[in-house]
Parts: sequence; structure tokens; C-alpha cells
Amino acid sequence: MKLTWRLLLAVAFALALSACKTTKPDTDTAATDTTDKTPVVKDATTTPADPNDFTDARNFDNSESLLSKRVVYFDFDKSEIKAEYRPIVAAHATYVSAHNSARVTLEGHTDERGTREYNLGLGERRGNSVSGLLSAAGVMGTQLDVVSYGEERPVCRVSDENCWWQNRRVEIVYTAR
Amino acid sequence: MMVINMMQKLVMVMVVLLFSQMAQAKLEIEITQGNASALPIAIIPMQWRATGPQPEDGVSEVVSADLYRSGLFAPLQEQDLVDRPVDVESIRFGTWRLLKVDYVVIGSVKDSVSGNGYDITYQLVDVHTQETLLSQITSVGLGDLRFGAHRVADSIYEKLTGVPGAFATRIAYVSATGLGQKQNYELYVADADGFNPQPVVGSPEPLLSPAWSHDGNRLAYVSFEKGNSAIYIQNVATGARELVSSGKGINGAPSFSPDDRFLALTLSRSGNPEIYVKDLSTGQNRQLTDHWAIDTEATWSPDGKTIYFTSDRGGRPQIYSVPAAGGQASRVTRDGDSNARATISPDGKRIAVAQGRGNEYRIAILELETGRARVLTPGVLDESPSFAPNGSMILYATREKTRGVLAAVSADGNVRQRLILAEGDVREPAWSPVIR
Repeated sequence: MKLTWRLLLAVAFALALSACKTTKPDTDTAATDTTDKTPVVKDATTTPADPNDFTDARNFDNSESLLSKRVVYFDFDKSEIKAEYRPIVAAHATYVSAHNSARVTLEGHTDERGTREYNLGLGERRGNSVSGLLSAAGVMGTQLDVVSYGEERPVCRVSDENCWWQNRRVEIVYTAR
Repeated sequence: MMVINMMQKLVMVMVVLLFSQMAQAKLEIEITQGNASALPIAIIPMQWRATGPQPEDGVSEVVSADLYRSGLFAPLQEQDLVDRPVDVESIRFGTWRLLKVDYVVIGSVKDSVSGNGYDITYQLVDVHTQETLLSQITSVGLGDLRFGAHRVADSIYEKLTGVPGAFATRIAYVSATGLGQKQNYELYVADADGFNPQPVVGSPEPLLSPAWSHDGNRLAYVSFEKGNSAIYIQNVATGARELVSSGKGINGAPSFSPDDRFLALTLSRSGNPEIYVKDLSTGQNRQLTDHWAIDTEATWSPDGKTIYFTSDRGGRPQIYSVPAAGGQASRVTRDGDSNARATISPDGKRIAVAQGRGNEYRIAILELETGRARVLTPGVLDESPSFAPNGSMILYATREKTRGVLAAVSADGNVRQRLILAEGDVREPAWSPVIR
């Protein structure tokens, strides 16, 4: 797919997501409020973050937002990004593109199967996949870095698929926001 | 063996400190199937005539364990040694023939003439011909008695098999502790039987891929201490080390050329992992592979003309070979789903690999000329094979439940043993060249 089409698609996606706001019913201004009726201007710090605003840094800690999701998982011996993880990558693409100071390291990992040095290569391939998707979405190369730890930094150490899938991952690590 | 004075003292201290841990560090031998043609040999406990205290493991115990471990010998148990001759003249050949013993080894340990070590005097006698096949004195420094015993085992092995022994050798390996919490990685060098481990370098970040120089003095290894993979070369005796490769991407899989002038390594700075050859005197890198696949884990043929490496250019990892001077790569392995991390025998005729089938990984050996392959180990997560410098055994890493341990298997698959070396998760073994 050409770069411009990808970019348009990503932008359209982001716009579509941001349009999906759920409006909360206004229960705060109940009829029982009998005191000061002058409208209070709410400043930005008290407005809760819109989980679909991927330019809002508060969403990094908001479990309702895709920005709080910072791990992408992979199939065995594969480095292709599965469809279910693309929205997460797109969310981060939005954030990083919107913040020139943002710096991201894609840390690539594998499960324990296969030799260690080969797995350094596979982890890097996975990191490169995520980095490539971010670049395609408009993120500058200077904001991205890829480091592979191969199988050296597992999150669990049991020799079965219950654990292995958790290790086949790329972690999206912000070194600067 | 040449060691500087301070190292000698350090070794002495370490030996004393490790005395209490020797029970834990004991080698556990597990035989898969007996070798019917193993040579029955009686190794009589050597007389202790030195002034210092007798060590817990005497010379004869170490020689016995070495020969047993090779799979080619069946040393008698100590309790079955009905006779304890002190010299060749007092050997009762009739007794040994009745016990179906083919060879007897006798000897003694004395203080060396210089006073700064030991002299191990021994004879190897053929029970049937009554001929003395070997009569030698091996001299070692203080604290090097085990090393002396290994050299005795090497001489006996070579005399009776025609193949040089590999008992007076060392192994390097990585031990990881505190994994998941406050982890620490330590690269160790120990005797080939797992005794006397000495730390080489430690780090809270991963260490992997130790590779010996062919002169046995240095180790190249990969360290993540800088946050990304980097390659160091360290002198084992002095501890001095040099950063040899760092920078963006992977810096991995170092391997010294047979003449130690070059280092094959993996760099991904071009966009994907490729094999390079670095001239160690100039630091210049020459690119050897050029393919979008992962090309890594290079190892040199003993004549220095060919490099074997792992590549997934065919889909899954397999072993390929390429002329060290440059040229086309060709595929070497066909069996199994994947083959990786080749180690080559000293005669250059066989490679051992980590072979995957489904989710199981085993060590397999391949004869390069005929293409015949055979699986040597039971698995199921065996990797990092490393040939002994005499080609008789292969050291490798395996897992037991949640713990990584090392094991060794004879090249014919007949004898296998497990080494529990240290606390923690042990991996990445590398067998040194013979120590002179």
C-alpha cells in the first residue's frame, strides 16, 4: 500500500476513533443543588481524559485507553503484527506524531525456544515490525529506536505455551514523552 | 600451566572456600546405556607422600571420574580394588586377570623438588602383557593438583585410545540468578569436570555467547551492560578486557578464527543480522553474508577456510556454510524442523547442532561428508552444543523443570552426564582448547 494511502487510512482511523465519544449523562447538576447557580468553568486538569484522545498523555495511565496498552504479542517464530494489535500501534503513532519530544524504544523479545543468538535476531525483527508500522503512520525515524533482548528478558519462566506466548512480544517503551 | 602469583593465591583461597561446597558441586553421572567395549581399568589410590594435607578428592579419584566420563573406560569402584600395589613389581597380575581388568594404574604424589608444588609419579601397566605402557612424572604447582590429575588422565586416555585427552581443559558458562527479581549474570570458567569455578565477569544485565580464543587465553562474549548488545574480549588470567563491537542493532555471536587473527560476528547495522569478519589487529569489518534473513552464530572450520552459520533464509533456522574469503552460501542441514548453533569437531568432519522438531530441541551430530545425522540427547530443551577439543564429547545446555543445567554427551551418544555447577540457571557453555 502506498505511504499516502496508509497515512490517510491512519488519520481516518484516528478521526473515526475520536468521533466515537460516549457522552455521559449529566448527573452532576441535580435539582437538589440550591446554592450558587453561576456556571463554573472547568479547567483542563479537572476534565477527565478522553480515552480516545491519543494525544493526551494522561491516557498512558488510563486503562480505558489504548495508550495504556504498551505490549504487542506475536505468533511463534513470526514477526507480523496481528490485526488485533494494530489499533494499539496506531494510538501510539498518534501520540508520538503529536509530540516532537516523544522518544520511543521498541524492545523486542522471544520465547525460550530456539537458540539465543537467533532469538536476538527474531526479537529485533519484531521490534522492526512495530517501528515500521509507526513510521508508516507518520512517526519520524529519529523518534524511534529498536533494541532486541531475544529470550533474555522473559516475563515468565515455565516451559509451556501458557508462558511462551507472553514472552513473544514487543514492549513500547517511552524514554521521553 | 603459567599463572601469576596473585592468581595462584586467589585460586588457593577459592579452593579452600569451595571445599565446603564441593559436595554440591559434585558431578552427577548418569549413564544412558553401557558401553560394552569400555576398557576395565583399576586405578589404585595414589600414595600420598607429600607434606601438605591430602585433598578430599585424590588424584586417582579425579583420574577415575575423567576416564569414566569419557564412556570408553570402566574404572573399578574403590571397594573392588582388592589389592593396592605400591610399585610395578608388587602387581599381582593373576588377581587382576581374574577380575577381568585390562589395565592397572599405580602411583604416588610427592612434594616437587623445587618445593613449590607436587610431582605425580605414575605407571600404566597392561595386565595381559605385563608391560609398563607409561611411566611418567607430571609436575604441577601448589593448588594445581586437580589439573595434574587431569593431565594424567589425558596421558592414559591417549595411550590407550590413540586420541589426545581433553580432561585438562576448562569450560566457560553463564550462571543467571535472581531471575524475575534482582537478577545477576555471571560468566564463569571452571575445570572441564565442573570443579573450581572462577568468575570472569558479572552484570545485572544479560551475558551470553562466550567463545574461547584458540590459544585458550581469552574469552569473547556478548554483554547487555550498556543497554544494548555489545561484544567484549577479555583475558581470563588478567581480567583485562576490550570493547570490540558496539553500536546500533545487534552485536552478537563472536567466534575466533583458528589463528585468532579474526573474529566472526553478527551485526545488524545494515538493517538485518549479517555475518561479518573482523580483523582484530585493525578493527576493520568485512561483510560475509548479504541476505534479508537472520544470519548469525558463525563458527570456523579448523582449517580456517569455511564458516558455518545459522540462517533462516529458507524459512526456519538451518546451518549453511560459506567460504571465509567470501562467496556463495550453501545449505548443510536437512533433518528436523530447524538446526542452529553449529559447533565443529577438531578434525572438521562433524558438526553438532541444536535441532528442533515440534517444540522439542535436541543435540544432533552430522557427518559433513556423508550427510548422515543422528540425535544424541533426549531433550526437550537442549541447546548451545560445544565440542571437546578432542572431538570425543559435546557439552551442552539443557533444562530441568525451571532450572538450566549443563550436560555432556559422548560423541557416540553412549554416555551422558549432568553437571550441576552452581546456584542459579546455568547456560551457554563453551569448551576451552587444551591447556598446556
